[in-house]
Amino acid sequence: MLMMFLKRMLMAVPSLIGVVIVTFLLTRALPGDPAAYFAGPAASQEAIEQIRVKLGLDKPLIVQFGNYVNDLAHGDLGNSLTTGQPVGKEIKSRLPASAELTLLGLIVSMLVAVPLGILAATRPGSLIDHACRVISTAGVSLPVFFTGLILVYVFYYLLGWAPAPLGRLDVFFSPPPHVTGFYLVDSLIAGDGEVFFASLKQLVLPALTLGIFSLAPIARMTRASMLAVLGSDFVRTARASGLTPYTVIITYAFRNAMLPVVTTLGMVFSFLLGANVLVEKVFAWPGIGSYAVEALIASDFAPVQGFVLTMAIMYVLLNLIIDVLYGVIDPRVRMDA
Amino acid sequence: MTALPLLDIRDLTVEFSTRRGTVRAVEHVDIAIAKGETVGIVGESGSGKSVTSYAAMRILDRAGRIADGSVTFTGIDVRQASESDMRALRGREMSMIFQNPRAALNPIRKVGRQIVDVLRQHAQADASRLGEKAIEILEQVRIARPRERYHAYPFELSGGMCQRVVIALALACRPQLLIADEPTTGLDVTTQKTVMELIVELTRQRGMSTILITHDLGLAATYCDRIVVMEKGRVVESNVAKAVFTAPEHPYTRKLMRATPRPGASLRELLPEDTAPPAAAPAAPNGNGSHGGPLLVVEKLVKEYPRKGNNALGKLFGRSPPTEPETFRAVDGISFTIDRGESVGLVGESGCGKSTTSTMVMRLIDQTDGAIVFNGEDIGAIPAKQFARLPQRKRIQMVFQDPTDSLNPRFTAARAIADPILRLGDIKGRNAVRARCEDLARRVGLPIDLLDRFPHQLSGGQKARVGIARAIALDPDLVILDEPTAALDVSVQAVVLNLLQELKESLGMSYLFVSHDLNVVRLLCDRVIVMQAGRIVEQGPTEQVLFAPAADYTRELLTAIPHPSFHA
Amino acid sequence: MSELTLPNGGAPPEAAPRRSSGFMATLRHARYIISDNPVTGFSFALFTIIFIAALFGPYIVPYDPLASDTVAALKGPSAAHWFGTDQLGRDVFSRVVVATRLDFIIAIASVALVFLMGGLAGIAGGFFGGWTDRIVGRIADTIMAFPLFVLAMGIVAALGNTVQNIIIATAIVNFPLYARVARAEANVRREAGFVLAARLSGNSDMRILLGHILPNIMPIMVVQMSLTMGYAILNAAGLSFIGLGVRPPTAEWGIMVADGAAFMVSGEWWIALFPGAALMVAVFCFNLLGDGLRDIVDPQRRT
Repeated sequence: MLMMFLKRMLMAVPSLIGVVIVTFLLTRALPGDPAAYFAGPAASQEAIEQIRVKLGLDKPLIVQFGNYVNDLAHGDLGNSLTTGQPVGKEIKSRLPASAELTLLGLIVSMLVAVPLGILAATRPGSLIDHACRVISTAGVSLPVFFTGLILVYVFYYLLGWAPAPLGRLDVFFSPPPHVTGFYLVDSLIAGDGEVFFASLKQLVLPALTLGIFSLAPIARMTRASMLAVLGSDFVRTARASGLTPYTVIITYAFRNAMLPVVTTLGMVFSFLLGANVLVEKVFAWPGIGSYAVEALIASDFAPVQGFVLTMAIMYVLLNLIIDVLYGVIDPRVRMDA
Repeated sequence: MTALPLLDIRDLTVEFSTRRGTVRAVEHVDIAIAKGETVGIVGESGSGKSVTSYAAMRILDRAGRIADGSVTFTGIDVRQASESDMRALRGREMSMIFQNPRAALNPIRKVGRQIVDVLRQHAQADASRLGEKAIEILEQVRIARPRERYHAYPFELSGGMCQRVVIALALACRPQLLIADEPTTGLDVTTQKTVMELIVELTRQRGMSTILITHDLGLAATYCDRIVVMEKGRVVESNVAKAVFTAPEHPYTRKLMRATPRPGASLRELLPEDTAPPAAAPAAPNGNGSHGGPLLVVEKLVKEYPRKGNNALGKLFGRSPPTEPETFRAVDGISFTIDRGESVGLVGESGCGKSTTSTMVMRLIDQTDGAIVFNGEDIGAIPAKQFARLPQRKRIQMVFQDPTDSLNPRFTAARAIADPILRLGDIKGRNAVRARCEDLARRVGLPIDLLDRFPHQLSGGQKARVGIARAIALDPDLVILDEPTAALDVSVQAVVLNLLQELKESLGMSYLFVSHDLNVVRLLCDRVIVMQAGRIVEQGPTEQVLFAPAADYTRELLTAIPHPSFHA
Repeated sequence: MSELTLPNGGAPPEAAPRRSSGFMATLRHARYIISDNPVTGFSFALFTIIFIAALFGPYIVPYDPLASDTVAALKGPSAAHWFGTDQLGRDVFSRVVVATRLDFIIAIASVALVFLMGGLAGIAGGFFGGWTDRIVGRIADTIMAFPLFVLAMGIVAALGNTVQNIIIATAIVNFPLYARVARAEANVRREAGFVLAARLSGNSDMRILLGHILPNIMPIMVVQMSLTMGYAILNAAGLSFIGLGVRPPTAEWGIMVADGAAFMVSGEWWIALFPGAALMVAVFCFNLLGDGLRDIVDPQRRT
């Protein structure tokens, strides 16, 4: 087991190396003058030259790369032009907001999509089956930012049920003492029920938006996978042995069907991390996505680079976890190590 | 037999709703199984033999249903019983084992636990004793080290061991009826024998009834008391085994019996009785520019593959290198010859290296060592990649095992046959090529109007003919046939084998016939080569090797084959 | 082979009368599928409408999509302005229809580019194996290490805000998917009987790849391309939404939704709704089309 884990970790290393190289290339090896990018549109020629020397942009590419990696190892992602703060610090402080939102969205979608897929597969041709297929196709077609806006319009403007899309917490409340950075968790730790519910209210719409977005691929995959497994030989054997429908569907079919779904989760995360950016803009959520978007508008380049790098590294780690999870479920993969 | 039958199927009709409407898979079938008897249901594909037993256990696909008739098991009306009653019966009173044992087991669940699931479902032991009971059952099916194997996953076990586990699952609750649906298809012939003997021993011991569903008449003859013959969803004959095999009544049964390759029967005798005798075969043309001497000489042929290893990681962590050699010898220094106009059989079980050998002779892969001399020329020296464009390519062609896989799904039959002509042939111009295709189609007995069909619109036998037409399109000297009839029904096989013989004689070709089926080889081949683990165990004239084998392994192979001829 | 579902046996499965060529047969089969499955027919019809709008849109709209008329700003849908007007008084309907062309072009160009790059690279890798396969695999893995939209953001931010760069970024980001699908298909067929037979018939590797394997893969690739068109539009719209990509005052669905987002909160819903709905309809159409094509191409894979 340990061998498998180590092997998987080793396989993540080339990905990390690739990510670092690509982000480096995206910022240094570009058409135009990198120094001008980093100095900003309002910089004078002098300022640009200063930046050039300061960031070492006049040195050969290899040396620059060396410095880049060195800086990364120390957590130095450069400084934001607009705020003057180190990018690393700002990303760190804003990360929990994005993470809380994304995780909640994923949980919501899995709680709905997986049972939906299973029901659709076990009752082919029924209403649930058709509903599942329609939701899968329609869900994939919805632009996530559009869904968010519609939800805001209906639930905030028309019905008044949801609060204004102005961030994590209404102005009247102050955030709970920082433990994890997740307001829901921290408020429970602090025993502050009011803040808990206030944060929850703000979270509902954006999490729902992300949930709807990721619902479709998960439901689709669960359904297709369950259908395939339910028609397989070993399920036939299980039925012929007289096992109960529950045992057949859950213990035998579902566990096998989840394997492709776990693999799909990697792709779903890729979409989610991207959709996160859009949802944060719609709901003015103070996460790293909106950080990058604001920086883009101001042509502030270092935060954008830091954002891309952070997201990529998080994604590599997420994939690693998914790989390990797959290995836990499927012994065939384990033994191969 | 005056006692009530254990399983009584009367006037059974099963329908399936498909996209093309309702299809009747089984019609007005009557079968009765008495206690303790073994009944074989034989038939070719589409006969409905499996559907009948699925209906008896009521595990038909969602699209299927029992439209008419009755099924009674130990007095219980299966058609009317509730689903929970049926669940109580399944696994406990009647159980089933299927083809392809590894696929029949849950791949991510330990085999021991799968047996425990069945035991627990039917309350066969106290919760604390379930594990022990499962191990006992594994012992009964002769699995070595059952305590260890309890924790094994299916992918860690061989095909034969998986089948034993499947049998264990089926017999765990000591049912009264076992239905075995093609239990040995896909297994090696020696494994087949041990598995069948295990089934027979266990079922006889417990006084169980057995239904053996198979297309293999020899298997049915060896192990069954009574035989039921089915064709296209109906029962055509049902009688004691001896009567069916020595004096078959129905024409279809007779046709099946005739078509089954068996010792003492010639190729012609496989065909239905009323087939017209062949037209006098045209004199075989002499080999073009014949060299005099054998057509093919293979000398000390070797093929090695590097062993798949995780040595890299092991070396990284300072582990000692594995004790097995770094390479795997699929073919370990074999030598044989093929003369002009001769048909040589290459037999062995899976993994013996016969397919690798034929692929090397075909020049599709390169050998590691050894010589391949064809028509006096060392073609082994030419790399496989270059060989495709050389004129020698025309001289050696192949007929493949799986007719479906060997035809491009996007090519019509005509286009597939024309491919070698277009690439390597001398004929130019669409009309001339088309004329040649039609000529070839006539030669192989393929109706001309089928030439414009796609593979999915052709039957198995028709696809096989297309493959043969393609292989002879360039008038090759040597044709390698890799299990060409393994995927075909036995009656179709009879026709195709006769066709192959007739073509060989009229076109003066030599054959290298690769097969695991000794009965077929006996019919078509002048000489036989027996391989095991990459080496030639024995070779010589067919009659000599198959009637008076010198090697033990050959003897083992021969005794493992079930005979359709009936011994009292 | 299970006898449970279709007991066919030795009889020819389809008594289809002779067809003269593969293409006509496919067309006839397509018509059969469409009549059998109205949803697919519907998606074909919708696709035609979108195509016409893209082709003729700019010529048939009532107003100039760029003309502003501050007097008529922020008016809801009416007889004069079917979709209302935006904050600069531009007619939303005209802008939505004209934007069809741009988004359509972006979708087609991205898909064509990624098919050429990814599809061919994947087929070569899957068929030849060895170093070709390894290099293609490495490139695909490196791209896949990024969340795809984030990478697209990074690329467009680095290269600059233009339509070409959106197309390039979308193509790059979809490369791994195409390469992977193409590679898997080529790999499966590499050892297939008919490929070996083609070698025996004297076909060179290149000929086998392009003449034997590619025709078998095309149907699957076409399905994939249809699905990617939908994704490409969403991608472009998303990038425009956050300010990367198309610049104002160009009419593009994503940027129109971005413009209208602020007004959505205050009740002027039409500015963002109509372009958003157009987006939805177009992407939905491409996805349905992809599913329908999948049925035509390979009925066994019906989901």
